[in-house]
Amino acid sequence: MLFQEAVMNSTFSLVPLVVFLPVLGILLNWLFGKRLGEKGIGSIASLAAGGSFVVSVLLALALVQNHEGAHIPLFTWISVGNLDLSWVFRVDTLSVTMMLVVSGVGTLIHIYSIGYMHEDVRHQGEPKRFRRFFIFLNLFIAAMMILVSADNFLMMFVGWEGVGLCSYLLIGFWFEKGEGGLGNAKAAKKAFITNRIGDFGLLIAIFLIFWNFGTLNFAEVFEMVPAVAQTQPGLLMAITLFMLLGVTGKSAQIPLYVWLPDAMAGPTPVSALIHAATMVTAGVYLMVRTQVMYMAVPGAQQVVAWVGAITALFAGLIALGQFDIKKVLAYSTISQLGFMVAAVGLGAEVAAIFHLATHAFFKALLFLSAGSVILGMEHGLEAGSHEQGGHHDDPQDMRNMGGIRKKMPITFVVYLIGALALAGIVPFAGFFSKDEILVAANQGNMPIFVVLVAAAFLTAFYMGRQVLMVFFGDARSDAAKHAKESSLLVTVPLMILALLSVLGGGLNFPGVHTLEHWLEHTLEIPHAAEFILPIALGSLAVALVAIFLAYLVYGRKPLANAKAADPLAKPLGIFFRWMNQKFMVDELYQAVVLGPYKKLADFFAYPVDQGVIDGLVNGMGSLTVSLAGALRKLQTGFARTYALSIFVGIIAILVYLLTRI
Amino acid sequence: MPVIGTIFYTFLAIVAVGSALGMLINRNAIYSALFLVLNFATVAVLYLSLGAPFIALSQITVYAGAIMVLFLFVITLLGAEKLPGYEPIKGHRLVAIVLAFVFIAELVLFFFFRNQVTGPIPLIGPEFASPKNIGVLMFTEYLLPFEVVAFILLSATVGAIMLTKPERKVTTKLSQQQD
Amino acid sequence: MPLGYFLGLSAFMFTVGVLGVILRRNALVIFMSLELMFNAANLVFVTFASYYQILTGQIFVFFVMAVAAAEVAVGLALMVAIFRTKRSIDIDQMSSLKG
Repeated sequence: MLFQEAVMNSTFSLVPLVVFLPVLGILLNWLFGKRLGEKGIGSIASLAAGGSFVVSVLLALALVQNHEGAHIPLFTWISVGNLDLSWVFRVDTLSVTMMLVVSGVGTLIHIYSIGYMHEDVRHQGEPKRFRRFFIFLNLFIAAMMILVSADNFLMMFVGWEGVGLCSYLLIGFWFEKGEGGLGNAKAAKKAFITNRIGDFGLLIAIFLIFWNFGTLNFAEVFEMVPAVAQTQPGLLMAITLFMLLGVTGKSAQIPLYVWLPDAMAGPTPVSALIHAATMVTAGVYLMVRTQVMYMAVPGAQQVVAWVGAITALFAGLIALGQFDIKKVLAYSTISQLGFMVAAVGLGAEVAAIFHLATHAFFKALLFLSAGSVILGMEHGLEAGSHEQGGHHDDPQDMRNMGGIRKKMPITFVVYLIGALALAGIVPFAGFFSKDEILVAANQGNMPIFVVLVAAAFLTAFYMGRQVLMVFFGDARSDAAKHAKESSLLVTVPLMILALLSVLGGGLNFPGVHTLEHWLEHTLEIPHAAEFILPIALGSLAVALVAIFLAYLVYGRKPLANAKAADPLAKPLGIFFRWMNQKFMVDELYQAVVLGPYKKLADFFAYPVDQGVIDGLVNGMGSLTVSLAGALRKLQTGFARTYALSIFVGIIAILVYLLTRI
Repeated sequence: MPVIGTIFYTFLAIVAVGSALGMLINRNAIYSALFLVLNFATVAVLYLSLGAPFIALSQITVYAGAIMVLFLFVITLLGAEKLPGYEPIKGHRLVAIVLAFVFIAELVLFFFFRNQVTGPIPLIGPEFASPKNIGVLMFTEYLLPFEVVAFILLSATVGAIMLTKPERKVTTKLSQQQD
Repeated sequence: MPLGYFLGLSAFMFTVGVLGVILRRNALVIFMSLELMFNAANLVFVTFASYYQILTGQIFVFFVMAVAAAEVAVGLALMVAIFRTKRSIDIDQMSSLKG
């Protein structure tokens, strides 16, 4: 028994490796990558991520024995006054679940990236950046691991900012490309700055916590929460809402979601790993981690639930009007994140984590398959003679696709699995997790339930539209005609992810509730999940109806050619144009926030800075110059004049001494 | 005594003032230097009368002897007895003379209004400032200042040599280059 | 002899020295005027040494003489060096630092 315990504890002390292995991968690739070649670089990076996954699995196995988990201190970080922060890794069921998702999906995406980036760097004409991509990916894994394994708020914030940095670097990976040569750089900047607004909120929340609780350690803070909720509910409300601002930034919720669609400027594996499966779920993880605080203030929970629900519906509407294959998935991601956030707001943290995990599987699958489609299209673009101008040579525009089902059969099958999982069709993962959220909404808050059902309907509808537009019908461009199936390096991870998307529902299968029993060692579970047949059947029916509608609109009569209008454009009229234009939210922000802000900045820059402040400084300068010009006339250069002035001084001093009494 | 003494001192004072003014007014630097020698000698006599024989003799040997000879030597070496041209600064002379009168007036006022010590200087015996007494005081109480002064003189000598040394290196280099 | 006699003489000699510094253009004569002022100050030292019967005044005069000698040595060396470059010892010509 003692021996077993010792083994377990030593397993727990492996946890720093989940961070150090990716860091080791970075160092190896950085120092020796140039000589290793693409295979070597990709293998090292994938092994580093895979090593993290293996360690996570070991941790999970140890946790099965000892549910309590452990705190593994690494070193004391800051120790000033009563602030005592250590670098402590927290091993519990929640953090290990996140580690498994991050490193598992991350490893698959690393492997996929070897094949994808091999093509992409050549398509973009910059093969040397291959190494940089994998260094960034490993850096991301390391930062994400810090985020999920942190034992205090500040360490978590380090990871939080670290993943933000990686997101910035990877969105701008082809920083000199994009619209006008600046498009990608602008997208990266937008993501970074938007996240900064959210991080500002998170930072204020952390400051408030430290100010009022005197510690940043998770366990100590959570212990004090009930007492504080009694005495200062307003304070807890402020903390949770500021934290929610951070979540809306990182997890792309209203009002800060605008960066995520633009973030699709990054390479597709990045979109899959960072902007769908892992990083964007950090906000959900944060709220689940701090569930004690949210549960203590029902008002904040209401706000969270509504933010999530409205985001889910709103993003679903926009997704319906998009033509870019990745943009559709991006808005779908926002929508699904809205589901998770709403689940947290409804007090169904387990459902949120469940959906987080299944979403990581099928959304990564969808993005990677979309990447495979884009690769095929690019291939076709190079093979066939391509038309010039407009969206007609854009390999990501769904209007240029069609009929790819026959050219890329593997990609089609896995894409279909992902889409069905996302739409919530019965045997697939998304059905179970979404159903749990809907049940929680049904029991907790009826209006939110209605909104979420509408969002689920839209989800199924736009996924049906996408699949029909991309894979069915006839090829609408030369690129689509010449599309070619991707290599095994790309398709094997897709198949694994497809398998996970099929089986993912088993994580928390109704009646067994593995995940719930697993997480109950870490989380408080107010009401256990139930499986309510009418709701399950109802949501399934909604999804099926939506898909059928999509078939009626897009499947029966596919788009004739790449220039044809969307069939929905006519009946919906201006509303469809609105959806296509993303409801003008970017323009609204431009007009309401950015425009006035820029004007204010201009005001401070030109009249204030260049006028007043520079005027002051220059005025001081020219005053000195003119004074000096006057004074230098005193310096005649005649030594005898100086002697005379000394003499005058002596006489003056004598006069003073004489007149002094 | 008082009458003879007064006449004696008046004579000395006239010589001292006259030689000082002569130094000031004379346009020839050689004559200025010689007037100054006369002034120094007169002051030396005054020192004697004040009971300071050692200082008086130092005055003659150091000032009138060594320093003024050095002056004369430099004047003749540079050929700078007379300067060409006129006073270039307008009103300078007038202002200076007016200020000088003001200065003297102030000193006189000082003497009358601020002076607490009046009365004659007491007569002093030859023992008071004998070279032996001065030497004892200088090498006991004022030993450190004495050594410091010695060091100053040494460094002044070295400095003077350094300043007047012609820069040979540069000229030889130039001539070598010309060759 | 009254004290004022020596003090008045000293004051007059000092003023003449000041005038010499201010009025004369020949740098060597300016130096001599400085010596004259030293001399005037020395006279006051000796006078008060006798008046108070304290020998320190005379010792001080001795030090002043020694420092004056050093000053003259360096000063004259400077004059020679300046004469080498300017070919003149007119102090009004040494006005390179004019503003």
